[in-house]
Amino acid sequence: MNDSNASPEELLRRFQARIDAEQRIEPKDWMPEAYRRTLVRQISQHAHSEVIGMQPEGNWILRAPSLRRKAVLLAKVQDEGGHGLYLYSATETLGVSREELVEALHEGRAKYASIFNYPTLTWADIGAIGWLVDGAAIVNQISLQRTSYGPYARGMVRICKEESFHQRQGYEVILTLARGSAEQKAMAQDALDRWWWPSLMMFGPHDAESAHSAQSMTWKIKRQSNDELRQKFVDQTVPQAEFAGLVIPDPQLLWNAERGHYDFGPIDWEEFNRVVAGNGMCNRDRIAHHRRAHEEGEWVREAVRAHEERKRERAAQDAA
Amino acid sequence: MVPGQHMPLFEVFIRSRRGLDHKHVGSLHAETHQQALEYARDCYTRRSEGVSIWVVRSGDIVASQEEDAGEFFDPMDDKPYRHATHYRLPPEVDNM
Repeated sequence: MNDSNASPEELLRRFQARIDAEQRIEPKDWMPEAYRRTLVRQISQHAHSEVIGMQPEGNWILRAPSLRRKAVLLAKVQDEGGHGLYLYSATETLGVSREELVEALHEGRAKYASIFNYPTLTWADIGAIGWLVDGAAIVNQISLQRTSYGPYARGMVRICKEESFHQRQGYEVILTLARGSAEQKAMAQDALDRWWWPSLMMFGPHDAESAHSAQSMTWKIKRQSNDELRQKFVDQTVPQAEFAGLVIPDPQLLWNAERGHYDFGPIDWEEFNRVVAGNGMCNRDRIAHHRRAHEEGEWVREAVRAHEERKRERAAQDAA
Repeated sequence: MVPGQHMPLFEVFIRSRRGLDHKHVGSLHAETHQQALEYARDCYTRRSEGVSIWVVRSGDIVASQEEDAGEFFDPMDDKPYRHATHYRLPPEVDNM
C-alpha cells in the first residue's frame, strides 16, 4: 500500500475510505489539495478568532468590578491566546507558516468570527460573551472534536477541556446581575438583547446557502451542519435565560413539542453579510490593534535576540 | 567512535492508534535517526503497539527539573477559578 506509485484516483479512493472508516488524517498522509486548502482556511480562521476575541474582553480587564472578576477575566483571555496557539500549530502542520497566516489576517484575505466586531459597552457584555459567545463556540467545538484532521481534532479536545470554565463564569456574571438591582438586571437584559442574534449568526449561513458545507461534510471536516448546531445552542440556552429571569429578544421564539425543539425567528443575514464584509462596528479597530500589538512588541523581540547574542559571546569567551 | 563508547541516545514516541498523540515510551542508542527508527520498531512495537514512531535525539530535548517544580509551576497553583467546578450554579442550569 505504498502511496508513492498509486494513481491519483487510487490515492483519492484510499483517502475517502479512511475518512469513511472514521479514521483521522495525519499531516504526512496524502490528501487532496482542496482538503488541505479548506483546512488551512478553516483552522486559521478559528485561530484568528481566538486571538482577535481577546480584544473585546481585554477591554474590560482593568475595569472588572472586583479583584476576583479581574483575575477570572485575565485567566480567560490568557486561555484564548493559548487556544489561538494550538490552532496556529495545527495549521502549521499543513505546511503554511505563521507569518503567511498573520499576513492574510492583516490584509483581510483571512476572516475571523464576525461577532468580535461588536463592541463591549458594559460589564454585562463580558457575562454575555462567556455565556453566549463561548456557549455557541463550545457547541461547535464539541462537534469538531471528531473532525477528520488529527491535529485539529486533538487541538479541539484540549480546547474543550479548558473552555469548560469560560461559559460558567460568564453565566455567573449574568446571573449575579440579573439577581441584583433593577439597574443591574436591565444591564444584563441589554447585553442579552445585543449579543443574542450575533451569537446565532456564529454558526454561519443556513445549510442550503452555506458555500463550503457539502464538501466539508463529505470530508468530515464538519460533523454537523450549521443549522443543527444552531438549534442545539438555542435549545440549551433558552432555559438558562428563563432561569435568570431574562427575555430572549425574539418574539417568535416558541417551544415546538412536535419537533422537540424551539422554533425561532429569522436571522438578519444582511447584517451578517455587512459585518463579514468588513463593515461592522469594530472591524478596522480590531485589525489595527492586532498590527500595532505586533509592531509595538518589536523592542521585546529585539531585546531577546540581543540578550541571547550576548550570552553566546560570553560562553565563547569563557571557553577560549 | 571510541571503542566501548555507546552510540547517541534517542527518545522514542509512539502513536498507538491513528488519531491519538504520539506518546513517550522510552529510549535507545543508535548511530543515525534512520537506525533509531528501525531499532524503535524492533524494541517497542513487537506486539503492534503502534502505527507511527517519532525518534528525537535525547540531547535535543530540553526538560524542566522536577526538583524545581515548586518554583517553576508555582504561579499556576493558586488559581482555582481556572476550573469549571469553581463556579457553583444552581442545579437547574448546572449541566453547562
